Amino acid sequence: MVAVLDQARAWDAAAAVPDPEVPCVTVADLGILREVIVDGEVAVARVSPTYSGCPAVMAIEMAVEAALRDAGFEARVERVMSPAWTTDWITDEGREKLRAYGIAPPVGAAGKRALFGEVEVPCPRCARVTTEKISEFGSTACKAQYRCTSCGEPFDYFKCI
Amino acid sequence: MAMQAAVLELADDHLILGHRLSEWCGHAPMLEEDLALPNMALDLIGTARALYDYAARLEGKGRSEDDLAFLRVEREYRNLLLCERPNGDFAQTMLRQLYFAAFMEPYWQAATGSSDEVIRGVAGKAVKEMAYHIRHAGEWVIRLGDGTDESAAKMRAAVEELHRFTGEMFEESDASAALEGMLPRRADLRAAWDRVIGMVFSEALLEVPEVRFPQTGGRQGLHGEQLGHLLAEMQYLQRAYPGATW
Repeated sequence: MVAVLDQARAWDAAAAVPDPEVPCVTVADLGILREVIVDGEVAVARVSPTYSGCPAVMAIEMAVEAALRDAGFEARVERVMSPAWTTDWITDEGREKLRAYGIAPPVGAAGKRALFGEVEVPCPRCARVTTEKISEFGSTACKAQYRCTSCGEPFDYFKCI
Repeated sequence: MAMQAAVLELADDHLILGHRLSEWCGHAPMLEEDLALPNMALDLIGTARALYDYAARLEGKGRSEDDLAFLRVEREYRNLLLCERPNGDFAQTMLRQLYFAAFMEPYWQAATGSSDEVIRGVAGKAVKEMAYHIRHAGEWVIRLGDGTDESAAKMRAAVEELHRFTGEMFEESDASAALEGMLPRRADLRAAWDRVIGMVFSEALLEVPEVRFPQTGGRQGLHGEQLGHLLAEMQYLQRAYPGATW
């Protein structure tokens, strides 16, 4: 019973860590926190990077480790590359938080990598799909920049990969 | 140690091209590209880090990913000559990116079925990033090739300059030739590469040129003089202040 409680407590501590670049969502919302394994005093969190060169990876790993330590565990973080993270793992709650924050969540399922195809991205402010892409790359590797031609809102779109 | 050598070759390709792209940071012709080029550089350098880390572990001599990147000399680098070509103008940079990404996308796709777990992990991430690079660079090649007289002339000059370096991508090195099942066979990717390049070129109103004198040598450590200049800049800090950290 104690072990089960510790397991839940370790997960909750790690899961609450916000993403340093998109602080409206947690590592659990994004689906990059894969699992937390507790063995006695030791908690091992397994985390997947979003992009190969994501500069936030080390910051995330340090924050997760610190959160587990604050919860009273000897903490370790393992980086998991395989299977590769996909935007499909962002939870429904995470998508809603992104939208409320002004970032359009990824549209559709990953895997259909149409080379020159375009997707309809609803505006996170007015929900109309009258949007246009401004830039394939945005403020971070995981986002593109869009603009709504109805309400005029410029916004980040979380790319579907 | 064939696997270690082959992983190091791949890592060198990604680091050198990533460094080249990073040279554009602050110099791109518009803000959009000033974001795009370093973002693409980050993808490549991120992949390089994972590969150097693996190569260092396979070697087992206590060298780190940083040692492999910063403390090897020009002749020890085994990158493709295409990756070290100078940025030139914007047309050359975008064409070089398209050539490389159109090869690496099917390469990583095939590598997701590798018998090596680390390679599978790296491939799963990189294949998606390469698809983005193809799209971004491909759109520019089309826009410039089918653009003004000046942009079209620059795009044709870029093809003339760079196409002779593409054949090297499809050749196995002594190391990679021995790794059936662990890394994809390069010659098998020719059709996929031809298809993407053909599609982009036909929209860009460009001709695939006949190459009379293909340029190779990177896998033997025989580079153009430009690589030395690149390394001098990239490695300066670790050479001047060995072991510096921050």
